[in-house]
Amino acid sequence: MPKEFPVVWFQGAACSGCAISVLNSLSPTIKNVLLDELVPGKHINLKFMPTIMTGSGKIVMDILLETQKAKDYILIVEGAIPENGFGDIGEKSMESVVEELAEDASAIVSLGSCSAFGGIPKGNPNPTKVKSVEKFLDFKNIKKPVINIPGCPPHPDWFVGTVANILLFGIPELDELSRPRLFYGKLIHENCERRPYFDKGKFAKKFSDEGCLYELGCKGPYTNADCPIRSWNSGVNWCIQNGSPCIGCVEPEFPDLEAMYKKTKWNNK
Amino acid sequence: MSKIVIDPVTRIEGHLKIEAIIDNGIVKDANSSGTLFRGFEIILKNRDPRDASQITQRICGVCPICHATASSLALDSAFGIDDKITDNGRIIRNLILGSNFLQSHILHFYHLAALDFVKSPDIPPFIPRYEGDYRFSEKENAELTQHYLKALEIRRKAHEMLAIFGGKMPHNVGIIAGGVTEKPTTDKITNFLWRLNEIREFIDNVYIPDIIAVAKKYSDYFRIGAGCKNYLVYGVFDLDGKEKDLLKRNRLIKSGRVSADLRCDIVDSLKITEDVKHSWYDDSQSHKQPAQEETIPKYGKKDGYSWIKSPRYADMVYEVGPLARMLVNYVSWDETVKKLVDSVLTEFKAKPDVLFSVLGRHAARALETKYVADNMANWILQLKPAEPVYTDYNIPEESEGMGLTEAPRGALGHWIKIKEGRIENYQCVVPTTWNASPKDDKDQPGPIEQAIIGTKINDENNPFEIVRIVRSFDPCLACAVHLVDLRGNAIGEFKAT
Ligand code: SF4
Ligand code: SF4
Repeated sequence: MPKEFPVVWFQGAACSGCAISVLNSLSPTIKNVLLDELVPGKHINLKFMPTIMTGSGKIVMDILLETQKAKDYILIVEGAIPENGFGDIGEKSMESVVEELAEDASAIVSLGSCSAFGGIPKGNPNPTKVKSVEKFLDFKNIKKPVINIPGCPPHPDWFVGTVANILLFGIPELDELSRPRLFYGKLIHENCERRPYFDKGKFAKKFSDEGCLYELGCKGPYTNADCPIRSWNSGVNWCIQNGSPCIGCVEPEFPDLEAMYKKTKWNNK
Repeated sequence: MSKIVIDPVTRIEGHLKIEAIIDNGIVKDANSSGTLFRGFEIILKNRDPRDASQITQRICGVCPICHATASSLALDSAFGIDDKITDNGRIIRNLILGSNFLQSHILHFYHLAALDFVKSPDIPPFIPRYEGDYRFSEKENAELTQHYLKALEIRRKAHEMLAIFGGKMPHNVGIIAGGVTEKPTTDKITNFLWRLNEIREFIDNVYIPDIIAVAKKYSDYFRIGAGCKNYLVYGVFDLDGKEKDLLKRNRLIKSGRVSADLRCDIVDSLKITEDVKHSWYDDSQSHKQPAQEETIPKYGKKDGYSWIKSPRYADMVYEVGPLARMLVNYVSWDETVKKLVDSVLTEFKAKPDVLFSVLGRHAARALETKYVADNMANWILQLKPAEPVYTDYNIPEESEGMGLTEAPRGALGHWIKIKEGRIENYQCVVPTTWNASPKDDKDQPGPIEQAIIGTKINDENNPFEIVRIVRSFDPCLACAVHLVDLRGNAIGEFKAT
């Protein structure tokens, strides 16, 4: 019998895009993640996941409670945590549910930019006063390590790779923003296929032109992720290959750094 | 009298709670409420107008492309280039949106709805579940579970296909004001075409036969969950880009309204109003056109039970979505749609009125998947690699724009007002706002509520009927509830244009 790792997937102020992105995992496929041993001898036991679980209503809220009582589960949070009253689940406030779940979790994974940094709902003026999971735990004085996997949405590999790392070797090496260095260790700009254009000063002046996308607003010089080498959706494409500036979707400042398609001054930091 | 509360309703997008009052086994009254608020229109204010196509996509991770499409149409018109989008730009937008339709519909049937009919494997997250009314044999359940797994792969491929022109998915980066960001090349066209071929095979040989199999076992659901029987469509997939009036534009799926008498009528966007008697907004703003109303939140208001407003057309309740689209195009004698719908009706020796039902919605969604996929196979070959995909523009200091299109879940409208070159106001009226709306000023229940009211519940502890009805609408709560203030003071007052 493989060792079971209970997992609770909580959805807060989110669009379900992170969940849908994880369904796109190629190798392992999402079927492998759910039904097979993700790594030999270890099986993810997804106890609670609103987008795919069969049950509804009270029976699933009971499972949530049961899993929490048994302790030692991995808590995945998708979405930011809205202030009391702006979000409810199972006739309870999201704040109270996350607080209880965090207390007894063995590891917490903040999946997506909303959960990791506040993301879109935190966009100025943050109308529902959302907090990232780390900020929320600080505020509630809960001391628990959090792994941030930002991205709007995150790449499925970033999520599956981090979970596999937890199962095989424990918590991966993290940067100062609690992101696994493995995936967020380098700037987009460092590995970008359009970098030779940048270095030669050949800039696209309008969309679909050849050239570096810096003047169309590219945030690649400020953004830490491995999109240029990993590519998206089974490797078919990624933002800059598609002539679309990087909008910095993994960074804490997203979406407020600067207008998405406006040239952003680069201070060579 | 008793009360059934289902919170959370899972296997939908977002956070939904359903309450139903049962008297003698029959639903006497029903309330649907959204339980999460994010405030998109407030976040959009004062931003660069072009950000709208990226920000509004984040309303929904299942169907971001329809928001990218509606916002780009609204921006095209605000920028004065709505009749200047190139053919390549128009076709690539259709291909990206079409890929999202295929992904969304396949995901909806297999991964969101099917487990209401097919007994899932006995392991988490497929247990616990309601127990009782599963009608397939063990062998059939096993086979349908295999299709569930196959469909995971197929929907992933639909996303790959989308990303060929959209850059990535969810939240594509390809569709922007003015067209799209990247030119087509022959390798992309071929990669797209072959993924599409595989998906079409799945639709024809697995998805549609599975819908028929479910319909045969659960044929009573042709008579359950009818609802309001009024259907509204804006139309989608532009076949030419020159007509400025989007409701008159030549589109694959045409705009129109139809009711139980199956007579088709035109849509006049000025007849849409939003009621708030039972929503947490100030009554002074009730019953106004989206372009005229101000949104003044009033949490806890007497009679209020939802953050969703009640959009109505000429004071009548309308359902939106694939069933609405197939009906409008069926009665307006679109040859292909007529053949598709008639083939299902012949299979069941039934009249069109069986379509007003839970199974009618599932069947319409499957037929639409085929209709869109088959057309995409023609569009992909109309691309011309050397020709432009993008039309440049200047952002005006002051302007307004409207974008009307269809999401997989139904009619979608975006309205933008630009002042001093920035977004002064942004308003979205989305499909689930129509379908999941609460009662209006005349106390007429919304479409989902009407579909539940009057239903016989066989086992109150396992209320299959309710979740089957709700999921047949494919509700997307993140879309329905996008504007809010809980305590009625943080947002203040602002015009919703
Ligand atoms: S496109 Fe962006 S990331 Fe790539 S070289 Fe230019 S500025 Fe850097
Ligand atoms: S390239 Fe930039 S915007 Fe695109 S996914 Fe990567 S970090 Fe996000």
